[in-house]
Amino acid sequence: MTRRWLPHPVTSCVLLVAWLLLNRSVDAGHVLLGALLAVVIPLAVRRFFQRPVRLRRPRAAVRLALVVLWDIVLANVSVARLVLGPSARLRPAFVEVALDVEHPVAVALLASIVTMTPGTVSCDPSRDRRRILVHALDVDDPDRLAREIKSRYERPLLEIFAC
Amino acid sequence: MLLEIAVSFFLLVGAFFTLVGAIGLARLPDFYMRLHGPTKATTLGVGGTLTASMIYFTAIEGTSLHELLITLFLFVTAPVSANLLARAALRLRLRSRAPLPEASSAGRD
Repeated sequence: MTRRWLPHPVTSCVLLVAWLLLNRSVDAGHVLLGALLAVVIPLAVRRFFQRPVRLRRPRAAVRLALVVLWDIVLANVSVARLVLGPSARLRPAFVEVALDVEHPVAVALLASIVTMTPGTVSCDPSRDRRRILVHALDVDDPDRLAREIKSRYERPLLEIFAC
Repeated sequence: MLLEIAVSFFLLVGAFFTLVGAIGLARLPDFYMRLHGPTKATTLGVGGTLTASMIYFTAIEGTSLHELLITLFLFVTAPVSANLLARAALRLRLRSRAPLPEASSAGRD
């Protein structure tokens, strides 16, 4: 029953919270309307999800979010230095990262995280979702960058999605 | 006074990183590298400004959290546009300082 009406509990929660934030109110009316939208919208877009999203480890998700936020702050500072410094010294490179995560949502999240953390932009996931191509602004060791992405972001995602 | 200092601090941080993003967009040598500029401005640049807004309006009007939504929407949309731009550039095989990956991997779709 729950599966049928709430196929994506996480999406539903995000929608409800977004609706309440958007209206800046927790009145009964807004909660009711928000709850209605949180049920209807996931049902309407159900076909877009190939596999259901289930968070196995909510705490790992929170930890990953904090790690990403912190990395964004740190990396912004280092990219600012790179951008303002002499650009002839930059060593840009394309790095291919082999993926262990399989869940399409996890791959999309990993690509987004890579893009949002400064210094790297994910360019192109391969058709079979086994690798993503990452462009880095300044790298001395491409293998280390790939390993860092895998250990810092992919491992927690693997835990969270347990696939 | 403390409020003003905190708000100005975050506004300055936001403005600084937005400026750095714009400078990066203007002066980095190739398309793929320029792509890094705007994605950076949307993280700490917008983040700083939004934090300032949250602090100010929370102090003046009471809890203001809907700025968090802007962050959420940005995190959902910015990587997608960056990804599309990068894919298009790879398809066109735009000049790059980093050696381009072979066509077999770049041209896949």
